[in-house]
Amino acid sequence: MSARFAVGATVRVRAAFPPGHLRTPFFVRGKTGRVTQVLGPYRNPEELAYGRSGEPALPLYRVVFETAGLWDDYRGAARDTTVVDIYENWLEPAEETV
Amino acid sequence: MSKETKGGPGSSHLLLRRHHDMGGLPAGPVDPPKPEDEHDYAPWEKRVDAILRLLADSKRRLITTDELRRGIEELGPGAYDEMSYYERWIASITNNLVEKGVITVDELGRRMAQVAAAWPAGAEAPAKQIAERKP
Repeated sequence: MSARFAVGATVRVRAAFPPGHLRTPFFVRGKTGRVTQVLGPYRNPEELAYGRSGEPALPLYRVVFETAGLWDDYRGAARDTTVVDIYENWLEPAEETV
Repeated sequence: MSKETKGGPGSSHLLLRRHHDMGGLPAGPVDPPKPEDEHDYAPWEKRVDAILRLLADSKRRLITTDELRRGIEELGPGAYDEMSYYERWIASITNNLVEKGVITVDELGRRMAQVAAAWPAGAEAPAKQIAERKP
């Protein structure tokens, strides 16, 4: 599967809240970040978790976020960043610069 | 929980955040472990680790890491918070094996009763069993 997003792309994490096993932390859903690495295809953990094959494999991305944008009450440095690995099915293209 | 994450749309609905997904929530001051806090794993913990590796190996493929995680997340908030790391593992492994029909609830119950009878809580291993384990 070819990756939809390239390094440097601005992406928005889908604001979805399904039950079940997923690997996209709550605190990044609905947030905008930037792809810093395409980590390659991995079988889908949301399917593997229920005894299924996890195929087709999904591109997995390393996405960096400004930490202050994730939590209202964050008191660390403004330059702090948070890095999360996110599967392609959770990402949409975004226009904003981060 | 006194505060919740900003978390984007839907974040005001705490039910949408599953209990284990607690990254970034208030948790009090960080208390880094000191060297004297290091401890070796108990023999049963090593055994749980070994059981998982054997069940997941390429020969058996009876469980995946993702199934293990899903089973841990499904333990529920109380068990999730109160059980230790390897207690959560063995609980999830057990539930997964029952779901897949590798073991049955009945045989598990009988075997647990046998083990409890042979190894009363807090007792040393019975001498006979120790002798039997010698190579």
